[in-house]
Parts: sequence; C-alpha cells; structure tokens
Amino acid sequence: MQRHLISAADLTRDDAVHILDTAEEMARVADRPIKKLPTLRGRTIVNLFFEDSTRTRISFEAAEKRLSADVINFSAKGSSVSKGESLKDTAQTLEAMGVDAVVIRHGASGAPYRLANSGWIDAVVVNAGDGTHQHPTQALLDAFTMRRRLVGRDAGIGQDLSGKRITLVGDVLHSRVARSNVDLLHTLGAEVTLVAPPTLVPVGVETWPCEVSYDLDSTLPKSDAVMMLRVQRERMNAAFFPTEREYSRRYGLDGDRMARMPEHAIVMHPGPMVRGMEITAEVADSDRCTVVEQVANGVSIRMAVLYLLLGGNEPAVSHARTTASTEEK
Amino acid sequence: MSKILIRGAKVLGGEPQDVLIDGEVIEAVGTGLDAEGAEVVEAAGKVLLPGLVDLHTHLREPGREDSETVLTGTRAAASGGYTAVFAMANTFPVADTAGVVEQVYRLGQEHGYCDVQPIGAVTVGLEGRKLAELGAMHESAAGVTVFSDDGKCVDDAVMMRRALEYVKAFGGVVAQHAQEPRLTEGAQMNEGIVSAELGLGGWPAVAEESIIARDVLLAEHVGSRVHICHLSTAGSVEIVRWAKSRGIDVTAEVTPHHLLLTDESVRTYNPVYKVNPPLRTERDVHALREALADGTIDIVATDHAPHPHEDKDCEWAAAAMGMVGLETALSVVQETMVETGLLDWAQVADRMSFKPARIGQVGGHGRPVSAGEPANLTLVDTAYRGQVDPAGFASRSRNTPYEGRELPGRVTHTWLRGKATLVDGKLT
Repeated sequence: MQRHLISAADLTRDDAVHILDTAEEMARVADRPIKKLPTLRGRTIVNLFFEDSTRTRISFEAAEKRLSADVINFSAKGSSVSKGESLKDTAQTLEAMGVDAVVIRHGASGAPYRLANSGWIDAVVVNAGDGTHQHPTQALLDAFTMRRRLVGRDAGIGQDLSGKRITLVGDVLHSRVARSNVDLLHTLGAEVTLVAPPTLVPVGVETWPCEVSYDLDSTLPKSDAVMMLRVQRERMNAAFFPTEREYSRRYGLDGDRMARMPEHAIVMHPGPMVRGMEITAEVADSDRCTVVEQVANGVSIRMAVLYLLLGGNEPAVSHARTTASTEEK
Repeated sequence: MSKILIRGAKVLGGEPQDVLIDGEVIEAVGTGLDAEGAEVVEAAGKVLLPGLVDLHTHLREPGREDSETVLTGTRAAASGGYTAVFAMANTFPVADTAGVVEQVYRLGQEHGYCDVQPIGAVTVGLEGRKLAELGAMHESAAGVTVFSDDGKCVDDAVMMRRALEYVKAFGGVVAQHAQEPRLTEGAQMNEGIVSAELGLGGWPAVAEESIIARDVLLAEHVGSRVHICHLSTAGSVEIVRWAKSRGIDVTAEVTPHHLLLTDESVRTYNPVYKVNPPLRTERDVHALREALADGTIDIVATDHAPHPHEDKDCEWAAAAMGMVGLETALSVVQETMVETGLLDWAQVADRMSFKPARIGQVGGHGRPVSAGEPANLTLVDTAYRGQVDPAGFASRSRNTPYEGRELPGRVTHTWLRGKATLVDGKLT
C-alpha cells in the first residue's frame, strides 16, 4: 500500500481486499460493549475540513477515537483560512503541532494530492473527498457493504467482487463518489455501469473501465447492486436537466423500478439522499436499501485505513486473531 | 559607439559569415571582414538571428510589480534573445488610455534592454462594454497598433465587429483571446480524458474554435485584419487554414508551451502547468507544430505570464493561470521545431522575428541581417544542452513548467541597436 490514501485508483486488488478484511476485524470491535482499541494511542490525527461535511467528519472521528488516537477537528469556517491563509500554511501550522496524519476534505480537486506530494508536510494524508475528484474511503465502504451483502460476511474474507454487476445512477459528472467507485470496483473485478442523462456524464468518460448507459430501466434487471448518487436540485438551473420531475421520471428509483431488480440485488446511496428526487421514500426505507449499513461500515473502513497507514505492524485486534492466526499459516 | 565584429556566425543558420556592427547599424556582412578597431565576438558554430520579437508579453507594470516590472521583464526578454516585446494591456490600471500606454512605452525606453511596444485594450477596463479610445492610444507617443483584451475575450459579436472596423482607420489590428466565456465557466484545464479523471472543470476546445470561426467571418465581412492569440487546438488550426485559403486577413500565434506540453502534465496537480488556454492533447500539439511549419500559424509568441510564488504554491483551483516564457522560448522552439526537422533557422527567424514585427508593425525590428539594417541581433549557441534552472532567470517570477528539464540552445548575446544587452549569457 502507498503511504497516503489519495485515490481509489492507487489501490491494488490485494491492497483493497486487505483493507476490507481488516475492516471486518474492526467491525467486530463495534459489537463489543467497549468499542475501543489501543492501537493508535499517542498518535494525533487532524480532521482538516475545508468543506462542510458533518457525516464524513463524524465517521472519521468515531474511527479515530475507537483506535485511541488523539483527534483534532479543524474546520475552515471561522478559522484563519477564512482570513486568507493558504492550504500550505494551514497544513504546516498543524504539522508543527505534531500531527501524524491529516484527514482532508477540500472543495478543490487535487488538494489532498498537493498536500501529500508538495513537500509541505511529512504527515500521512488521507483524502476524505476532494472536489469532483475522489473519495476513496467512500468507495471502500461501498465495496465492503457490497461484499458483505453479495458474497457474505465470513465467506467474503479474502474475496473480491469478481463478476458482480454494479450500476451507479445519477450525477456522475460532479461526483467524486462515482469516480472512486468506478476505479475501486474495477480493481475488485466487478462490472460497472454508469447511468445518467448525457449532460451529467463527463466528456472523456470513454476511457473509464465501465459501461455508460442513458437508460435506467434496461440496466436494472442486470444489476446486483444499484447505487443512487445524489442529484442537486440546482443542477436544473444550469440546464443539466429540465425539471426535478422529469429527472425523477427518467432516472429516479421508485418501487416499480426496484421490483425490476433481481431478488438479491441491493440499493445503495452514499448519502445525503434527496428523497423524491433520485430515490423515493418507499425505496429508501426498504430493507433492500443499505444506506444505514453503509454509515456503520464507514467507521470500520476508516478504522482499517488509519490502522494500516499509521498502525505499523502490530495486529489491530490481538485476541480476536486466535482463530484466524492458524488459517493464515 | 564602437564597432563590433561578430566573427564566423551562421547567419540564419547558413554558411559562416562575419557581421560588422557600427554604432546602431549593421555596416557589413561578409567573410573575412576587417576586425580593426572593432571588439571581436567569436561566434564560430553559433547561429545569428535577427533580434526576436514577442507579440504577447505580460510585463505586469503598472499594478503587479510583485510579479514583474518593465525592467525585470525586459531583462528577461534580453536574456531570451528578444529585442522587442509587445506588452499586454491587462495591467492595473488597464492600458486603455494614452496615459498608461505612454508610461509603459517610456519605461521600456528608459531601461534600454528591449523595446517595449504597448498593446492597448480594446474595451474600457477589459470589460467588453465600451470601446477604449483606440485612436488616442494610436496617436500617443507609444504609437499603439495592436489592441487586445487578452486575458478576456471580446465575446460580444457586435463589440468585436466594431473594433475590427474601427482600427482600420489607422491600420490597427485586434488580437483576440478566443474564449467563449459561458463554455468556460469554472474551467480549470482542457476538457477531455484527463479532466474527466481528475475531476477538474473542463475548458473545451470548442470554446476557442467557435470564437475563432466567428471572428474570421467577421473579419471577412468588414474587410479587416484579425490576429488570433495563443491558438491551442487542432480544430483552431483547421479553421485558420480554411480562412487563409479563403483569403481572409488572419494571422495566428502559438506559444512555446503549447508546442511542447500536454494536459497529461496536469495529473501532478502542480499549478505550474495551469495556463490559459490550457495545455491540450498530444494530437493538438502535433497539429500546432505542423501548422507553424506550414505557415498556417504565423508566429511564436510567449504569452510570458509571471506570477508570484504564492499564486502557484497552492491547490490547483486556487492558482493563477500562466507561465513565464521569455527566457525559454527559443530553446523550446529549437526542441520542438528545429530538432524535429520541421523548421530551419531561417524559418525560426521568420516565425519569431520577421513576422511578429510585421503583424505588430514595429519599426526597426524583424529586419534582415544585412548591411544598413538596425543592429538588432541574437546569437545562439545551438549546440548547448542543459537543464532549465529558474534560479538563474532575470524575470522576477519563477513559474516555469520546465524546471529541471533538459532543453537545447542558449542565447549568448543580444544586441539592441548595436548595444549589447546580453554578453556571454550575462545581462549588461
């Protein structure tokens, strides 16, 4: 694994499976009455959030605290950043305080890459979402959710997603979730189809390792998982589609459409959902929808990522290994 | 002024000859010229070119002296072999009045490193709403003949038409920065395969091509001359080729960086590669080289765009667009055009001196290297190869995309009307 986690494309198949397997170990911690491991005791992690994202920030924070790391939350709003401080100065200031890892969310695509590669700081950098570029931990938690549901919690250990047919629907153009998922799912052997109105598919998509379709209905019966991407209502003001209603009619997932999916197929959403836009309440609240599970899995995945990037070689969950250790030999 | 004998230089890349400078003019060109009383510059193996002329330079003064001044910019020009540069109008205040263009012109004359020919803004404040006093700028001491809102496109079709028509009265030319503004809102890089992956806002080729197509048709309709700044796409080449074949009076420039670099560089997210128009694809680069070779594109212009360090030492979206270019232009042209066999040195002189001087109508520059002509000359060690070291730049800014890159050629001497501005690679 590389030293930083910037893009899902940086992960090999073995890296990704290793993270998913580690996350399964971490998930067991969540089932205990005391959900805490001493692994990152004495390590300091800063959550450097230039964009508001309460969900992602809280998820990272929960992961960090369960690993016993010291956590600093930095929100650009109301900080020196709003007074014109540069990314470089902010990062160097934080590092001077002895930070071991920076979890960064930034509105500019490439900001985490710059942070990791410009020689500004030495800390490990974890991308928590940059512009319309990447959101690798989201893709990992999505893959984790798919593997559990489509392969099995125990049966999935050591496995990838070979042959699974995954459909992503919605605003691909502006979606870092879509980019990360296409990269990671391809690496894990899944067959990915993107469905969107042509206005919301980027020029240049032809080189992505996936299919592109403008027709949701024909894709649904061939999907093991359907991931709905958030569509912002404002997009219609820039003529990406005419009205909210027309978008919902053509690309929204409702009960009738869900019925066309195979029995075993799941519905996913990275959140926050826009009910009535890309997904109806009926679908969102159905037991085929994994939204809440994805959130729980997010904490396990982020624990796994931070542990693997920062934790060194010691086993994360020592006593839980007693059965697993013989299998490894 | 004393005499200078440049001995054994390959004039325009041809057979070795001696060139004798007396005062401000070339006295004689020939073999075995008498060196008596002259300072001798041994130039065996080197190529002697007419002083280079840059139709597109940002000198930043007045207003952004933290990135460049007329002094530092003209020193950079002399280092790069230039004897005349056209200073773009997007300063603070904008060069949209006779007062500002005269100031810039005079600063160039005072410093004496390179003639500075100001370009006047087409519209007041570059805002595209009201024509600037083009006639007043032309009649000023600066004698402005080239007008441009560069940095911004004159996107309003009526405004462009009027500007094209109006400058005919005094033989001016409008230089268009071709960028359809609506198609490039939030644009960060070339729209294509790389932008799709990187998640950076796309600057589509069509935003340039549609404006060029419109403007050559406007120029034809009103019988005017139009110049296209920093042409960057294969499609733009096709349009200009078509327009020329139709007899439309259009000229076009290409920058050195668009001849060498592609949008693949943006994968580093290093803003040193952020420029407007953006770096395009390999296919565009090849089309631009061919077009420069066959004359569809008339000239090389640097679009030298200095920026302070902090404006590039940041995330991509926050960074300023532009690259410095005066001190590396000739090397990049040698690398991309001469060493590939697309141009010989006489043609380089044509694209980097004769034609830009003609398009900009600047007197005394872009003249043949022959007796009686002004001694504006550039001596190039074409055998040199070395890494670009921005620390050695004369420009105040260091935002070059070529740091550490090996490039051929080095300007060793520059003479401005017989006065050496650069000797053995060192500014005087």
